[in-house]
Amino acid sequence: MHAKSSEHEILFRDSASKALLDPQLRANFRRAMDGLITKRRNQFPDPGDLQDLRHLSTAIRSRSLLALPELLEQFEANCTKNGIQVHWAETCEQANELILGIMQARGAKTLVKGKSMVSEEMHLNAYLEAHGIEALESDLGEYIIQLDGETPSHIIMPAIHKNKDQIARQFSQKIKDAKYTEDVDELTAMARRVLRQKFLDADAGLSGVNFAVAETGTLCLVENEGNGRMSTHVPPLHIAVMGLEKVVARLEDVVPLYAILTRSATGQAVSTYFNLITAPRGTDEKDGPQEVHLVILDNGRSRMYADPQLRATLRCIRCGACMNHCPVYTRIGGHAYEAVYPGPIGKILTPQMEGVGVRHDLIHGSSLCGACAEVCPVEIPIPEILVRLRREATHEDVGSDVLGKGTGRTATEDWAWRIWAGVLKRPALYRVATWFATRFGKALPAGAPLIKHWTRTRTKPVPARRSLSERMRTEGANHV
Amino acid sequence: MSDARTAILGRLRASGETGPLPSLDTAVLERRQWSATERMVRLRKGMEAVHTEFLEASPANWPAVVRAFCDREGLNNLLYGPTSEAGAALAATWAASGTQLMPYDRPVEAFKQELFTGVDAGFTGTVGGVAETGGLLLMPGSAEPRLMSLVPPIHIALLRASTIQDSFWSAVKVLGWGRSLPPNALLISGPSKTADIEQTLAYGVHGPKRLIVVLVDDLA
Ligand code: SF4
Repeated sequence: MHAKSSEHEILFRDSASKALLDPQLRANFRRAMDGLITKRRNQFPDPGDLQDLRHLSTAIRSRSLLALPELLEQFEANCTKNGIQVHWAETCEQANELILGIMQARGAKTLVKGKSMVSEEMHLNAYLEAHGIEALESDLGEYIIQLDGETPSHIIMPAIHKNKDQIARQFSQKIKDAKYTEDVDELTAMARRVLRQKFLDADAGLSGVNFAVAETGTLCLVENEGNGRMSTHVPPLHIAVMGLEKVVARLEDVVPLYAILTRSATGQAVSTYFNLITAPRGTDEKDGPQEVHLVILDNGRSRMYADPQLRATLRCIRCGACMNHCPVYTRIGGHAYEAVYPGPIGKILTPQMEGVGVRHDLIHGSSLCGACAEVCPVEIPIPEILVRLRREATHEDVGSDVLGKGTGRTATEDWAWRIWAGVLKRPALYRVATWFATRFGKALPAGAPLIKHWTRTRTKPVPARRSLSERMRTEGANHV
Repeated sequence: MSDARTAILGRLRASGETGPLPSLDTAVLERRQWSATERMVRLRKGMEAVHTEFLEASPANWPAVVRAFCDREGLNNLLYGPTSEAGAALAATWAASGTQLMPYDRPVEAFKQELFTGVDAGFTGTVGGVAETGGLLLMPGSAEPRLMSLVPPIHIALLRASTIQDSFWSAVKVLGWGRSLPPNALLISGPSKTADIEQTLAYGVHGPKRLIVVLVDDLA
């Protein structure tokens, strides 16, 4: 039995408590999340249509996963035929090395990036910078947080934790020749000016992939700003990164997924751009990248795939609706999770990628209210998966493949259960314990060790004066 | 890294959780159907809601409509594809004075700086539109390079009403995109925008600040 001390662990409890005390942060999130919830709701005026679209989307993602190895091979073959060079990486390290290698082979020194959560997962920017390559985020939200050396607090709107004044101050300090302004149009124009020059000068561009189509060997990118198109089409070299779960069989499969993605994510019926990339610049073309590379990343996904229940995690299309509707996320924001993927989806992804023991208290920071599963466009049963991971964290079940299974036990929890089991196994002891609890439970101070964690924010429960079995014995049962 | 490939595919195969594929009920995608006129109205409404501007034109007068817009805006130049059908038709009647037509006839490397800083607008055709949500379908390529609809601050797009489909679903079918796709294909619903600062919409963040649709009514 591993009893793991939680000393070195990042405790969700602590970071969440800290976030709760920050009124500015809470106000920023509350406003943003309320807006997103309303906008999403307005996109689904007909509940029947919404359910039909969800069922279809779920079925498409499940089908794609069932045929995943075949689809990946077909996708790779078609990409290769189209001139897209495909690479595979088991770990983030491998993926980083691959990208560095591709850039070095072309002598590329600067990279502009479209938004990509997989590249966040890989900590690509830090890796490239350590190797002398400038990696610049070009999505406005990502650009804002990169200026401050921060990480995204939301998977769709990375800078949502910041308000206008904070951004105004930051721009005036960090952008050359920038004057202080809180006008959103002017701030946007400043970023445009800086980033346009970067697109023009960059040796390479990087993007994520929203959907990959096996039958045609196509990368689909969803965006509003145009920075994704800039990153993928202006520089001579385009590198795309994707998790291996992103592939679907046909373009027809993408249509409903795209429809439900934009509606769930930002409450838009359609994004400004839907960009389908099937090949690098052709011999008769005048622009577009001369080389397109694609890195397919595993990083724990094949392990999730192996488990029939946990496989549902891979259906995710990264819309962010689960976080927008989560009573925990909306109050503490994304940074408190101290993880690449915050919110409900992050709570099931992070422990599966990094190990259930490392993130032990993350999986407990949920009331299992089910709001996430209710809005998830691909019906991922996040609460069920959380319960499963809670078990995995404390058990070493045979046949389970979960990373770090059984390593999430704490010494206190271990002892509590041992004492509990010891008492339950001995009827005499149990009776004595119950007698004491019912007679003297009231006298237990609310500030007693262990109990104080519960009573800090709740009233102390008062045990009944006599236990149920005592009353049954003396009063008898009234069988109706 | 073919080792990684073998290992990953091997692990996925070994997982062996196969089974009957769930069936797909696509009825929800097929419910959206309108008459040709309604399609035109819907597309326009959807795109205007995200700041797209419309110019009404007929099959005969659309080059003049484009010209009048350029004059009105005082554009110095207009980037176009001389070998595309729309581009050739536009050039055929273009008056030499005022806004200069600028052909995109060289590899981008030959005029990248100019493309970014010296072009006022780009003109492209479209291969269709989407009524349900509002949107244009573009197939850039040798005749109309990819950056024409992205880099210049104004994008002018020619759309014939008869090519507007009910939905993206029906458009994919009509255009045959499901079976084979051009090197680049696009759905564009408006000018570039962002809501990354306090959820406040701002237009023209990276791509075109304005999208002008020249809507040719060829339904009669
Ligand atoms: S789990 Fe569902 S709701 Fe959450 S991001 Fe993924 S698809 Fe969206």
